Amino acid sequence: MKRVCIVGAGVIGSLYAAYLARVAEVSALTRREEHAEALRERGLRISGRGDFTAQLAASTSADDLPEPELVIVACKGTDLEAAAERLGGHWPDAIVMTVQNGIGAGEIVGRYGDWRQLNAVTFMSGTRHSDNDVQYVLDTATWIGPARGTTPDDARAVADLINASGLKAEAFDDLRPAQWSKLIFNATVNTVAALTGLPHDAHFAALDRPDDLGHLVKALMDEGKTVAAASGVELGEDPWEMNVLATQRGSAHYPSMLEDVEAHRKTEIDLITGSLVRAAHAAGVPVPLHETMECLVKAKEASW
Amino acid sequence: MRVCIIGCGAVGSLFAANLATLEDVEVWAFDLNEAHVDAINRDGLRLTGAGDVVGHPHATTDAAAIPPCDFGIVATKAMHTSGAIAATAHAFADGCVATVQNGIGNEEVLAEHVERVIRGTTFPAGKLTAPGVVQWDVKGDTTFGQFDSKPSPFAAIEQLADACTRGGMPAKAVEDARGPQWRKVIFNAATNPLGALTGLTHGRVCERPDLRALATRLVDEGKAVAAAQGIELDADPEELIDYAARKDVAYDHKASMLQDVEARRQTEVDFLNGGIVGFGRRYGVPTPAHESIWALIKGMEASWAQ
Repeated sequence: MKRVCIVGAGVIGSLYAAYLARVAEVSALTRREEHAEALRERGLRISGRGDFTAQLAASTSADDLPEPELVIVACKGTDLEAAAERLGGHWPDAIVMTVQNGIGAGEIVGRYGDWRQLNAVTFMSGTRHSDNDVQYVLDTATWIGPARGTTPDDARAVADLINASGLKAEAFDDLRPAQWSKLIFNATVNTVAALTGLPHDAHFAALDRPDDLGHLVKALMDEGKTVAAASGVELGEDPWEMNVLATQRGSAHYPSMLEDVEAHRKTEIDLITGSLVRAAHAAGVPVPLHETMECLVKAKEASW
Repeated sequence: MRVCIIGCGAVGSLFAANLATLEDVEVWAFDLNEAHVDAINRDGLRLTGAGDVVGHPHATTDAAAIPPCDFGIVATKAMHTSGAIAATAHAFADGCVATVQNGIGNEEVLAEHVERVIRGTTFPAGKLTAPGVVQWDVKGDTTFGQFDSKPSPFAAIEQLADACTRGGMPAKAVEDARGPQWRKVIFNAATNPLGALTGLTHGRVCERPDLRALATRLVDEGKAVAAAQGIELDADPEELIDYAARKDVAYDHKASMLQDVEARRQTEVDFLNGGIVGFGRRYGVPTPAHESIWALIKGMEASWAQ
């Protein structure tokens, strides 16, 4: 794969763009013109785990960019429809890979074109300092699996490219077990954190007293497991064990939905909990607790 | 007749000021807020808004100064009941102690310290706007009734209700006051935490169909717990929720729990949703929605400690 286009150059998109530019010809399709201009004129600066500046093509229109073999849609879930719309009608031979939280991002993008698709989820993280200056913080992997019209070999080829660039990736024959485990974990931890204001700390695993938060966390995860089973997905890691392990680490993680709530930004509730609730409805499984969390987070957004 | 109001915040002040206007009732007011107590002793206790009243109770921050009383009316926040009654119980060796607090479980706490308890529920509301001054927002009824494990003579309950009514706080004495008490706790537990978790006023909570449906689930769980105890609600909490959501009633009202959360004060959730969960367990009624809401509010309180 010689040419790659990154759609949405936020933190995650910028990390893909800058690193992949070391092993491929990379372009960025951005939402804002001044963002594209900054990238074109000043390059993309990486700090933290890396220290270099990448040169890349950038535009707000796909018409201006060379036709890629791989498109990575890396925008936030809340911008997904708009990004897919900008992509519509272009590059029919490319493979389009979505990396958003939750499940269902591929289905949304797939409505805008007949591309072959890969399904991915990423755990790397960073901090954005400006339009063309991003700090690489957590070097965790991107997991990639086949989706519409692709095979495990396609997933491996993209994983190889990402690994060659200096980022981390792992290919799966079937991504769904890992993706669903992560989704159930995320839908639970993010919403509980967003509503309580707690970072992901020991409260999330506490079960001693009847009002301890661990009971709610466990009940939400049990609901999620029922949805996975009814959807024919065998889970990878057990979400509750992921939760217990994560809370035993030294420093408490600040879930993105808590950051969004504190900054009064729109959250990814629709993509995370929303996708789980939609899957539950499709499978005919009741999820009253996740619906409660979804409705409370949406109402909280409405209060700003 | 001598009455001591224990906890002279907004609701306690409504009772203290109104009762103090009666010539045959000597009113004491116990509160730890020194500025409030000093202002009451200097200028009297003034109510504005729904009624303009100035009463002159004897206010004190010193529990030992309270003389023997015929009645106590406990109006502290529910989580302060135990400390407040432990300090003042000496004044009620021969008296009866009523609660007009939010939530359920307060009578049980009083019964650990005094011999005669009166169950009570009150609907008036207000807020302390300055030391010695309370804004009276909403008028409403008070119901007093028996508490079975530490009962008071019914004549005494009637005497207290009569004094409150004559003082301008309409009250009635009934054998079983659990109906209004559970109507109020179900209303509060179904609406207060939704405001606290989302930051929305009561009216805006009710405008969102999914959130209003969540309130109904909380109401239904609460009704099932009440029914399992043989309690007949005196009115449907659903009607109270919709009535309060009207623009001319309490559309813009921020629930007291939301006010607590904004000020990062401990909430009364243990006596609202926590109380319903506790009684639900005792009577074998599942309350998953109340359990979730209880855990979220407790988590929110825990986040302030960090």
